[in-house]
This record gives sequence, structure tokens and C-alpha cells, in this order.
Amino acid sequence: MMKVKKIISALALTLAIACAAVSCKSKISDADLKTKVEAAISAEHSDISVDAKDGVITLSGTVGTDTEKQELEKAVKNADEKNVKSVVNNIVVETPQIETSTDDTDLISKVTDATKDFPTVKADVKDGVITVTGSLEQARVQTLKMALDALHPKKVDMSALTVK
Amino acid sequence: MALLDKYQVLLDTAKASGIDDLQYEEQESVLQIRGTAPNADIKNKLWDIYNQIDPNFLSGDVVMDIDVSTAVAGTQVKVITQNSNLNIRKGPGTDQPIVGKAAKDEIITLVSRANDQWWLVRTKDGEEGYCYAQYLEPVS
Repeated sequence: MMKVKKIISALALTLAIACAAVSCKSKISDADLKTKVEAAISAEHSDISVDAKDGVITLSGTVGTDTEKQELEKAVKNADEKNVKSVVNNIVVETPQIETSTDDTDLISKVTDATKDFPTVKADVKDGVITVTGSLEQARVQTLKMALDALHPKKVDMSALTVK
Repeated sequence: MALLDKYQVLLDTAKASGIDDLQYEEQESVLQIRGTAPNADIKNKLWDIYNQIDPNFLSGDVVMDIDVSTAVAGTQVKVITQNSNLNIRKGPGTDQPIVGKAAKDEIITLVSRANDQWWLVRTKDGEEGYCYAQYLEPVS
């Protein structure tokens, strides 16, 4: 009776070792895969979270462009082509809001620089809005507008500017 | 949404011209547009379209800032003043002393971008200082 038991347990042990060896060869654990994927994408995207289950990687978080979203998915697949079965890409593309100038003091000094070469023009700043008055030859209107827009005001009001 | 309709041709052209980072958003009845064009020609084309839709920019319902991706350190830029020389200054600001001048259409080297308004440049004669970025255009 004891002998049979011994044989059975020995057999079970051999089987277990064999199974472990096989499984170890064919795939890595989800935890290891998650670590591997995270390492591959974390350089620039520490805010993207990675989940791994049975070789399926789920990505979540937000990025600024769709290109980034697609590149991340590709990077995940490339991280371990053999063990990443598929990628569930739940990343949300969120375009950041465009920022406009809210600091009038800063804007005034920049407007002074921008309008230095336009002596016939006067520019006032209030609450992030640049109001242009005076007169200017038509050929230079675009140059002025480009220079003022580059300062990111809320608005450039040139309705009172006389174009010659 | 009316602003998006009014400037649809402008936005469509921007999208079709390789401005990958194009951003636009209506804020307080003004359409704010930002992006980086692959070269100066495309930037100029967009400004021409904007000027056609809103002659002389009198409506004031758009604020557009298009950067040019080729405007990086070490590249050549052209002086695009109306007809005068471009001042080269000791520091970034019109209150800084003038240390040199660059002629209209002269090609100079962009050394670095101190900020969006002022770029550090070097002329062929080795004069180095800051110029107002609006008067410099990357040579593509």
C-alpha cells in the first residue's frame, strides 16, 4: 500500500515539474508581461496604465494626439511579440486646451516690442485683448497681425485701424 | 459653430498641408488656431487664405499662430523686413542695445530660439545677437 502511494506521488511530482517546465517555456506570467510592457512605454508615458490578463494588454489613460495613441499600441505589441496576444486600446485622445495670455503686464511689454516698427500704430492691452488704432499701409497689415497673434492674446481688435 | 463655417477653408487647408499638431478652438467668440507647418510657404499660404476670408483682419475673430518646423537651431533663415535693415540686439528686447544689422533678404544662421519672439542669430560676418522672430523666415 505504502509503495503504491509513493509511486503515485513521485509520478505526480514528475508531472508537475514537466508541466511547469513546458509552461515556463511557452509564456511568461501576466505580471512579468505587464512589467515588460510598462518598461517599453514608460519612458514618455508614465501616466498610461497597463493591465495584463492572459496575454491581453489593456491600455488606459489620456494622450494629446491620435498618432500617440496608435504608436503606444504598436510599442506594446513590439515589446513582446510572442506573448502579447492582443491589445485593448482604451486610451482617450484629449486635445489640450489652447492657452491665451492672461498676464496683461507681460503682454504689454511684448506688444511694445512687436509694434516698435509701426510708429503710426497704437496698441492697447486690456484683459488679454489687443486693440489697435492709428493707420497703416495695407502691405504691412498682415505683418502686424502675425506679430500680435504670435503673442497669443484673447483677441486682436483692428476694427478701428485705418488701412491706407 | 458659425466661426468654424466661416474659416472652414482655412482649417481644411491647414489639415491637408501636413500640420499634424493642428489645434483650433473657439474661445470667447474668437477662433484660436495653433500649429506647426512643415515649411514657411505653407505658413504664408494659410495667412493668405485668412486674409482672403477676413480682409485686413478687421473682424478680429481669429488669433492664429503657425510655427514652422524647419526653424530649428543651426538652420538658415532669411530676413523678411519690408525694406529696412533688421536690428541685431545684445539681448532679447527692443530696450537692448543694437549690436549689428542684417539687410533685407540676407540669409543668416539661427543659433537658437531664446523664446517665441526673439531668436539668437549669427550673420556671415560673425555678428551675433537677437532678432525679432517675426522678421525671420526659415529657408526651406
